[in-house]
Amino acid sequence: MTQAILSLGDLQVHFAVRGPFNRRVGSIKAVDGVSFDLMPGEVFGLVGESGCGKSTLGKAIMGIHKPTAGEIWFEGQRIDGLTPAARRAVRHSLQYAYQDPGASLDPRWKIGSSLHEPLVIHTDLDAAARDARIRSILEAVGLPDTHLDLYPHEISGGQQRRVGLARILTLHPKVVILDEPTSGLDVSVQATVLSLFRGLRETFDLTYVLISHDLAVIRTMCSRVAVMYLGRIVESGPTDAIFDRPRHPYTRSLVAAIPKIGGVRVTRDFWLQGEPPDPGNLPSGCRFRTRCPKATDLCAREEPALSALAPGAVACHFPD
Amino acid sequence: MTALLAVEDLSLGFATEAGFASVLDRVSLSIERGQVLGLVGESGCGKTTLARAILGVLPRETARITGGRVSFRGTDLLTADPASVNQTIRGRAITFVPQDPFTSFNPVFTVGDQIMEILKWKSPRADQPHGRGWLPAVVSRYPADRKRLDFDAVLELLDAVQLPRPDQMLRKYPHELSGGQRQRLMIAMALLPGPDLVIADEPTTALDVTIQAQILGLIRRLATERNVAVLLTTHDLGAAYEICDAVNVMYAGQDVESAPVDRFFAAPAHPYTTKLLASLPDADGTARGIPGEVPGLITPPGGCRFHPRCERADGPCREERPPVDQLGGGHWVRCYHPHREAT
Repeated sequence: MTQAILSLGDLQVHFAVRGPFNRRVGSIKAVDGVSFDLMPGEVFGLVGESGCGKSTLGKAIMGIHKPTAGEIWFEGQRIDGLTPAARRAVRHSLQYAYQDPGASLDPRWKIGSSLHEPLVIHTDLDAAARDARIRSILEAVGLPDTHLDLYPHEISGGQQRRVGLARILTLHPKVVILDEPTSGLDVSVQATVLSLFRGLRETFDLTYVLISHDLAVIRTMCSRVAVMYLGRIVESGPTDAIFDRPRHPYTRSLVAAIPKIGGVRVTRDFWLQGEPPDPGNLPSGCRFRTRCPKATDLCAREEPALSALAPGAVACHFPD
Repeated sequence: MTALLAVEDLSLGFATEAGFASVLDRVSLSIERGQVLGLVGESGCGKTTLARAILGVLPRETARITGGRVSFRGTDLLTADPASVNQTIRGRAITFVPQDPFTSFNPVFTVGDQIMEILKWKSPRADQPHGRGWLPAVVSRYPADRKRLDFDAVLELLDAVQLPRPDQMLRKYPHELSGGQRQRLMIAMALLPGPDLVIADEPTTALDVTIQAQILGLIRRLATERNVAVLLTTHDLGAAYEICDAVNVMYAGQDVESAPVDRFFAAPAHPYTTKLLASLPDADGTARGIPGEVPGLITPPGGCRFHPRCERADGPCREERPPVDQLGGGHWVRCYHPHREAT
C-alpha cells in the first residue's frame, strides 16, 4: 500500500455569523468533519450541490481558509498552521485551479506576464530559462506561443482555462485541486478541456482533486468519488459503485437527477422534494433527514457516522 | 393546422464598431399550442437573440432586422403597431422566463409587490386601456376589486408551482429566497397573464442538478395542463431530452436541424448535431470535442457556417447555404451531406 500524498483528518471550517456590535450569533459549518486520503496518481472527485462546502474544503487544503479544527497532511508533513514562509515551500507542489479563469487572470497583464509571475515568486530562474519553460508548458496545454502577447479578454473561455492551467503547471506541482474546471464551457469545448486534463495528468504525473457539481464530468474523469451534503461526506467509494449502486438516499437522488439521453425521463417521477436547509441552522441528527423519504426518529436523534460499507463508505442509518 | 408562432427566414444583426455582425441568418421555426420546443445551441449561436427578437426586446439603436417574418396567431409582430403589440401580446400572450433568477428581481421590493406590479398592467382580467383622460398611464389606479381577484390568482399559481406557504412567500425580499424558489416565482410570473407562449431562456442553467430536475418537471407539467407552448432555449442537451417535444439546433446564427425529440436523439442527421452529441461526457471517457472554434459573426464563413469545422464539407458547402432537406416525420436538416445511415 502506497503512502497517501494528501490526507485530511476530521477537518472543520466554520464561519462565524456576526450580529450587532460584531457579536458572534452563530456559525456556518461549511466543512464539518471531513476525512479522506488521496493516493498518488488518482483523480478524486468531490461532488455536491452549491453550498455544500466543496469549494471551502478545497480552499482550506490550500490554506486560503484557516481550518477551525482537524489536520491536513501533505507528503508526510502537517501543513495546517505552518508559518507563511514554510507554507510557501509547500505551495508550489500543491496548486489550485480557480473556478473562473477569466477572473483569476489580471486583465491588464499580457498572458506572458501572468505566466512568468509564479516562476518569479517561487524559483530563481533567469528570464531566458523562465521563457523556455513557459513555452514548453504552453505547447503542452495546446496554445500557440503567439498567445503570450495577448490580453485575457482577447482569448476565448476555453483558452483562458488552458492559460490558467499552464500557469499552475509551470511550477511542476504534484497535486492540483480543480475547482469546477468546466463550469461555463460549452459541451464541445468541455470535452476537449477534459481530455487535456487527462493528457496532462499522464505527462506531468499529477494527482487531481476534482471539485464539481456536474456528475457527468465526475463520472468520466474520476476513479474515486466523495459526495458532500452540507459540509459532510455522506458517501464515498469507487466511481462505478457510486453511480451504479448508490447507497445513501441523497446520492441516489443526485444520480437519478442526471438526464440520461435515450433513457427514462427523470422529470416524470423525480422524488426528491425541497431544497437543502439553511447551513446556519442545521436540523438535528442526520442533515438530510428533512428531505429523506426513509427518515425515522433515529435519524433525528443521532447523526450517522461515515462507516465502511464495501466497496466504499456511507453515512446513513438505513443504507440501501 | 396553423402554428401558434412561426418564424420565417428571420435575418438580423447588430451594428458594432468592427462592422455589422450577422447574428441570425434566415432562421425558421414554428411552435404549436401546448408544444415544448427546445432551441439548442452553444453560446453565441444566436438562440437568446432569436428569443428576444420574438419578444421584440432587442436594443433599438444597434439591432437591425434585415428580413423575414415573425407571425404569432397570424399577425406579423415585426410590422404590427408597436403599441398594440405591447398592449395585447408582449407580456400577455407571450411571456418570458429569464436565465438568471438572481438578478431578475429588484432587490429593494418584496416579491409580492413585484408580482402585483406586473398584474396591474398585464392581468388577464384587465381589458381596458390604461389611464383616464389626460392622466398618463403610469399614475392610473389599480382597481381594488380586480386587485383582490388578481391576488387570489397569484396565491393559486404559487401553489401550482409548489411554493410552500404562498402568502408568507409574497412578503419576502428576493435575497431571502433560494435560487430554486426564485425560479419558481419567475415561472409563476410568466404564467399569471395567461399566455399562449412562454419563452424560457436557459431556465435551469444557474441551478443545481436536483433543483433542475424539479424545475424541468414543473415546466413540462404546467405546459401540458395549461396548454401553453414553451420555447426552451438551452445548451444542455440532457435538459432538452427531458421535457421537449421537438428540438431545433442552431449553429452560429443558422438553424441546422429540427426533429421530434425521439428521432432527434436516435438519428441525428447534421454533422454538427452528431458531433455535439458525441461531446457529451460519458462513463468510459471517450467524449470528443469539436475541433476549431465558433466563427466570428462579422465576417462569417459563406454557405453553411459549419463548413470550416466539418470533415464532410466540399465546394457547394462553401458557396451556398444548404436548403431544407425533409427526412420525413417532421425531421429536416440543412446539409448537403447529412448522416442518413441511421435513418
